[in-house]
Amino acid sequence: MKLTTTVPRAGRLLRTALFLLGAALAAPASAGALPFWMHLPEQASTFAHEIDGIFHLIMWITGVIFVLVELLFVYFLWKYRHREGRTAHYTHGNNRLEVIWTIIPALICVMLALISRRIWTEIKQRMPENALQIQVTGEQFAWNIRYPGPDGKFGTADDILTLNQLHFPVGKPVVAELTSKDVIHSFFLPEFRVKQDAVPGMKTKIWFEALRVGHWEIACAELCGLGHFRMKGFVTVDTPEDYEKWLAEQAAGQAAEQPKAAEAPPAGAEGTQVAAASGKGGSS
Amino acid sequence: MSTVALPREAHPHAVHAAPTSFWRKYIFSLDHKVIGKQYLLYALFMLAVGGLLATLVRWQLAWPGKPIAFMGKLAPEGMPGGQMLPEFYNSLFTMHATIMIFFAIMPILIGAFGNFVVPIQIGARDMAFPTLNMMSFWIAVPGAVVILWSFFVTGGAAAGGWTSYAPLSAVQPRGQTLWLISLLILGLSSLLTAVNFITTIINMRAPGLGFFRLPLTVWALFITAILLLLALPVLSAALIMLLFDRTIGTTFFLPANLIVSGQPWPNAGGGQPLLWQHLFWFFGHPEVYIMILPAMGITSEILPVFSRKPIFGYRAMAYSMLGIAGLGWIVWGHHMFQSGMNPILGTSFMISTMVIAVPSAIKTFNWLGTVWGGNIRFTTPMLMAISFVSMFVIGGLSGVFMASTPVDVFIHDTYFIVGHIHYVLFGGSLFGAFAGLYYWYPKMFGRMMSERWGRIHWFITFVTFNLVFFPMHFLGMRGMPRRIYDYTQYTHLKGLQPMNQFMTISLFVLGVGQLILVANFFLSMRRGKVAGANPWHANTLEWQTTSPPPHENFVGRIPTVYRGPYEYSVPGHGSDYWPQNEPPTGPPPAHAHGSPAARAHGSASAQAHG
Repeated sequence: MKLTTTVPRAGRLLRTALFLLGAALAAPASAGALPFWMHLPEQASTFAHEIDGIFHLIMWITGVIFVLVELLFVYFLWKYRHREGRTAHYTHGNNRLEVIWTIIPALICVMLALISRRIWTEIKQRMPENALQIQVTGEQFAWNIRYPGPDGKFGTADDILTLNQLHFPVGKPVVAELTSKDVIHSFFLPEFRVKQDAVPGMKTKIWFEALRVGHWEIACAELCGLGHFRMKGFVTVDTPEDYEKWLAEQAAGQAAEQPKAAEAPPAGAEGTQVAAASGKGGSS
Repeated sequence: MSTVALPREAHPHAVHAAPTSFWRKYIFSLDHKVIGKQYLLYALFMLAVGGLLATLVRWQLAWPGKPIAFMGKLAPEGMPGGQMLPEFYNSLFTMHATIMIFFAIMPILIGAFGNFVVPIQIGARDMAFPTLNMMSFWIAVPGAVVILWSFFVTGGAAAGGWTSYAPLSAVQPRGQTLWLISLLILGLSSLLTAVNFITTIINMRAPGLGFFRLPLTVWALFITAILLLLALPVLSAALIMLLFDRTIGTTFFLPANLIVSGQPWPNAGGGQPLLWQHLFWFFGHPEVYIMILPAMGITSEILPVFSRKPIFGYRAMAYSMLGIAGLGWIVWGHHMFQSGMNPILGTSFMISTMVIAVPSAIKTFNWLGTVWGGNIRFTTPMLMAISFVSMFVIGGLSGVFMASTPVDVFIHDTYFIVGHIHYVLFGGSLFGAFAGLYYWYPKMFGRMMSERWGRIHWFITFVTFNLVFFPMHFLGMRGMPRRIYDYTQYTHLKGLQPMNQFMTISLFVLGVGQLILVANFFLSMRRGKVAGANPWHANTLEWQTTSPPPHENFVGRIPTVYRGPYEYSVPGHGSDYWPQNEPPTGPPPAHAHGSPAARAHGSASAQAHG
């Protein structure tokens, strides 16, 4: 490439661009300086930081590629803009370059796939032992949550049912079995980095473990009808003691309220009654 | 391929007299150029409809529940008193996506540019099956009528999302049935188009026009047509199954014990909701490439013309499109990572999805290589093509996020996905369509569009597009779900309202900016500068005939092709372009046949002709 009088200007432009790039890259380092919408929500589950880790890794890799490609593109467009007397460089390509820019992206992608696979297996394929078991059944437009009760079995008289209220203790993994009565819903706990569709006719197990005590929300992430936007639930992570206390209160309340429910109808049908009783079930 | 060299004149049906009656000339025309223009108007109209629907969606997102007085009169059932109901909101985004994908982007890229450009670029007098071509368009019209009509039936238009996941789509009101019928009609239309394109491109290329001398637009549309041919039957099968579930009591997608609104659903049992998703996305992912490949082709056409340089890596460009077309069939599961599909299957789909990023990367680097060392003219088509490349980079890179299964856990079904798809479909396909429109307008209508207003239109569109769609990635990062009528219901999303308002206001500017295009489009037909045959000094065959081309495209003989489509700035050649059909005079310049395309395809077919 010939050096022309525009090179000093190009150099300056490039330096400015590099400085801006550096500044942009350094910005996230000064934590807290970013506005809230520029980072992921707080991490409330044990694996949230792993998901965020790969999110950030991809953000860095694609971010650097993005900046380099766009800068190069704009630089070429500016440098090779039409001027009197210019002739374009006649070439049909370069096979070595083709090989390089095929292999490098392929390697990056395979690397990302391998890293992702490890975390994916951990969060979706391996269910932890000694976990608190619950059942979550979606319906238009509420979450029915079932605890096995003192006998540790589902579908018995001592099951505890709640509507849109998910409580669990800190420091203990929870295995939730998801299903739906009507259409597909998606069980989304943003701060826990948990999302899994609840599909009618299917039972899907997921797990999560809270890092700390607190209150969060459950969102429905799969369009499920006109009330989709208000299919909201609440997550409360308690200390183990508070959790036991809450569970006992629920059991007592349920026994007092619905003595006739003691014959324990099959799972699935029961949620409707709860939903209807609370008047929040909605209709489509 | 032995038919390549067949001179068109020898074909018994080659030459027809131009029709003279109004009906045969403008309405039920067999001329691919008229059909292309019909598709163009159809697509631009539907683009406007889809855009207006998006404006209403964004209004609700910026100011949830705030009434729009005149909408109370216009849509009293969906917006009583001007206040939007949730079911109407669901209809709006469902119809926005359906209309944009099936009735705007596909018709403009394939129906309009494909029809108008392909036969002329390959030196044919028309499509292989002109009557079939006319049928394609006139079948697409009732498709649009049915989908628009569905707004006025009881319960409103379809509201199950453009993906129409069962069982929701099975239990929705009547509008959903019309949605299914409409897409079935349109699918038939596209299928006929696909058959026509494939036949035309294989059989009707001009003498000397081997496959590796084809303009990349033709390559792109050829591959697109193959994808359409193979993907649409799968969609149609799924649509018919869902239609049967809704109307005659089958249960393809309905599992046992379905309880809807507290009542057992009458026909339920034995079905599998995920079956719909597999069928839909088996079509749906190739569909994404059906919408982007033609735009890639157009961009690969325009960058060399205005860089005055051969395309960088012609063969790599063609092969990467073939690679995309092949891999496109084994990535559909990445839409279903969180669906309950076996997570092991998720891993294999993640790997194929990561791999399909590679051909897109190859294309991007070759586009960069094309402008490198050029002599670049920033005309409006060029600005649009440049925008395509730079925006497609964003859409492509953001795709890596959801390809990663664990990251997808968080961003699946959030606004991050909405941002991604708009960078591909608006930043990609639509900028590609705009580039094609400004580029081929002079050929279509014989007059130039205003460059000045074109650039203003480009500037407003480019800037506001980014202001509307880039923030969507941030919304997604905060966990804002897509398809949500009122996110302020959630305390963790309330803080996002100012950003949503900013995006909506930007969209208003974007929308108003499109009026410039509308005015430029119609006013230039009368007032534009007369274009002449080859205003851009381009090489491909469509520029070697009059603007607009005569009936049957070429006066006299079909041109013979002597070289590849992108021989710009050939050293030793007099001008900086060298039309494909210009016979070589004297000894050819040393470099001209050094192109891989020229080398490989020599002139076997040209000899046969000559």
